[in-house]
Amino acid sequence: MADLAQHDVSGAHAGETRRDFLILTASAIGAVGVAATIWPFIDTLNPARDTLALATTEVDLAPVQVGQRLTVAWRGKPVFIDHRTPEEIKAAEDVTVSDLRDPQPDSARVKKPEWLVVIGVCTHLGCIPLGQKVGDDRGSYGGWFCPCHGSVYDTSGRIRQGPAPQNLFVPPYDFTADTTIKIG
Amino acid sequence: MADTRPGAMSRIIRWIDYRLPFIQALNHELNEYPTPRNLNYWWNFGSLSGIMLVVMIATGVFLAMQYTPSSEAAFDSVERIMRDVNYGWLVRYAHSSGASMFFAIVYIHLFRGLYYGSYKQPREFLWILGVIILILMIATAFMGYVLPWGQMSYWAATVITNLFSAIPLIGQNIVTFLWGGFTVGDPTLHRFYALHYLLPFIIVAVVGLHLIALHRFGSNNPLGIDTKRPQDTIPFHPYYTIKDLFGLAVFLLIYAYFVFYAPNSLLAADNYIPANPMQTPNHIVPEWYLLPYYAILRAVPNKLLGVIMAFGSIFLLFIVPWLDTSPVRSARFRPVYKWVFWLLVIDVIALGWVGANPPEGLVVTVGQIATLYYFVHFLILFPVIGKLERPKPLPASIATAVLQTGGARLGGAGAPLAKS
Amino acid sequence: MRKPVLAALALLLLALTPPPASAEETPSPPHQQWSFEGIFGTYDRAAAQRGFQVYKEVCSACHPVKHLYFRDLADLGYSEDEVKAIASTYQVTNEQPNDQGQMFQRPARPSDPIPGPFPNDQAARAANNGALPPDLSMIVKARDGGPDYVFGILTGYKDPPAGFNLLTGMNYNEYFPGHQIAMPPPLADNAVTYADGTSATVPQMAHDVVTFLAWAAEPNLEPRHRTGFKVVLFLIVTAGVFYAAKRKIWAAVH
Repeated sequence: MADLAQHDVSGAHAGETRRDFLILTASAIGAVGVAATIWPFIDTLNPARDTLALATTEVDLAPVQVGQRLTVAWRGKPVFIDHRTPEEIKAAEDVTVSDLRDPQPDSARVKKPEWLVVIGVCTHLGCIPLGQKVGDDRGSYGGWFCPCHGSVYDTSGRIRQGPAPQNLFVPPYDFTADTTIKIG
Repeated sequence: MADTRPGAMSRIIRWIDYRLPFIQALNHELNEYPTPRNLNYWWNFGSLSGIMLVVMIATGVFLAMQYTPSSEAAFDSVERIMRDVNYGWLVRYAHSSGASMFFAIVYIHLFRGLYYGSYKQPREFLWILGVIILILMIATAFMGYVLPWGQMSYWAATVITNLFSAIPLIGQNIVTFLWGGFTVGDPTLHRFYALHYLLPFIIVAVVGLHLIALHRFGSNNPLGIDTKRPQDTIPFHPYYTIKDLFGLAVFLLIYAYFVFYAPNSLLAADNYIPANPMQTPNHIVPEWYLLPYYAILRAVPNKLLGVIMAFGSIFLLFIVPWLDTSPVRSARFRPVYKWVFWLLVIDVIALGWVGANPPEGLVVTVGQIATLYYFVHFLILFPVIGKLERPKPLPASIATAVLQTGGARLGGAGAPLAKS
Repeated sequence: MRKPVLAALALLLLALTPPPASAEETPSPPHQQWSFEGIFGTYDRAAAQRGFQVYKEVCSACHPVKHLYFRDLADLGYSEDEVKAIASTYQVTNEQPNDQGQMFQRPARPSDPIPGPFPNDQAARAANNGALPPDLSMIVKARDGGPDYVFGILTGYKDPPAGFNLLTGMNYNEYFPGHQIAMPPPLADNAVTYADGTSATVPQMAHDVVTFLAWAAEPNLEPRHRTGFKVVLFLIVTAGVFYAAKRKIWAAVH
């Protein structure tokens, strides 16, 4: 701030205090103005309305038969939807959770046991695991197999072998009807 | 003992400043810098210009993050900014209104220079740098207007680039080269975008030179006489910092009115129609700040001569310091020139009106007279009035003039536009 | 000094006025009252919804609104479910082909743009005797006179005056430049049955659809006015404080 001592400041002490007050007020108002101006610019970089409109995806599960798998796109990533057979559900539940690299019981990863919804991106380095198409190698646990570095996932999408550190991520989703889910 | 943390900070600053004296330089150039004590509010427009340059670059960079410079996508990307990008409408309107504000301020700044003789010795080069900045601004604004790829964008680009075909022999080749094709199109849009992004930074560099040239001799003042004694000047800070801040607040009010309440009042409706190379708008009109040059261009019946006169009207400004023969700077002491100056102002406004309207009837006549007067004013009146006029006697110094008329009148804000 | 400055300002304002319309030129449309004009203007949501209905049932047969997305309709007061329901009545081409490489149609979602009646300009021209019905999402901003002009066009159809040479296939319109417009009168009384029971006269429908189109062209008008109010208020206070500070600081010089 101005070094007031340099100038010929006439007037009583009250005058000086009022001047300091005015300068302080002016500075405070200026600072508020600058901050208020900067925010909209920063906000233009946040996801725009058209991007946000694609933030949720609704999926109709009715056409997916038992044992069938479906891939949908969500926020630019593939989501694996598996209509699990009773054998697959049993294999997912009959596991000693503490033996897993990333311990999670199957019940914590599904809302309805016959539907598994996971993000189809390997948690190692981001490749898309095989297993969605008929004839794909599903790995020795009947789930998914990542061809890039050999990670193997089970029927709950949990990591069993290979270098991936974590289970396939479960995206936020809800059942909006018996056979419809809304992801995101 | 004093708290060590502020001490450490100022020690670091002093360490850097000893090796790269930026703090000392800033302190001298902004803080202590001796400025004439009698500057009036017409001197606010220099700092306002600088601030608008920063505003235009800031809004421009954030627009550039969302804009797509291709002929298929440009118009839609601008609409996306207006509708979907958070506060996109604000940044876009700030940029489009800002261009108008920037030119208004710079024109007032220029006319201030003409009235008070700020271009006269020893500030001729300061003036020349200013004219260079104006030319760069016009080029930048012209290219920027093409980017939304509306009807006016496309056709203004076509008309103005076609001007170069007036050059004998090689004209059409130059135009094809400028276009990068056989009409204004995608290649043209791409290069205009690149140059529109580049030129403002060249303007920043020239503004830097402009400020260095200014600080060589200091500001002119309303009396037009040199500062001689320490009593003639006051330090820039806090006197002119606060005065500039006040002026900035008032200006921002006007700017805010345009951005928030009348953003399309200065724009052509046709530019909200996507560019159609198969259909020309009924009236091709440039933005208001280019209207006078457009009027001069159309006033001359010969194509090549019209181009020369239009460009000439700007380049003429370069030699103003040598056209004016007056021994005295400020129009305050020039009884004849003081009124003739306003004739130029009226003339330029008239040229603007001519440029805005279709060239028929009264518009043509006024356009020709106004164009003629413009050149007569600079080429004939400037030298002749300077020689024949008898200037009023100048005060002995700024300080004596200020003390004689009472400090409050010249320095205070009570009569900001008052001139003797 | 003050006098010449004021004179120059007066001249500047004079220069900004539009040129006087001569007798042969098209008259300017009369000014209407709009809920969104002035600094405190807002969009009458009820009118805009009725206007959307007019657009949907009358105008959309020929005119696209490509810059509007279904999700934008929420701004008019439709709920999320209503928007989804409106969207699902339209079929759009999926962005990606199916696994066999063929493009296919699907019901529209809120995130889709509102599809136009024709796949491209040539199809539009072919269906309209060579005339191209313009996109309406920006029309209120893209014409001099704005909403008054569009209203004038919609209500300005009349019989041509005696001696007027009306070309075949064209229609006489009071406010269209040149008076000959390719579009036949789109509105007739009760062309639409309003859900809220408002009487659907031509001026009413024109008023409502122009309100809708004004919103379509400038959906951010209300946030802009609201923010502007705060900014102007803040700047008035700031200018006052800065002025007081300036006077105080400069008192030392006098």
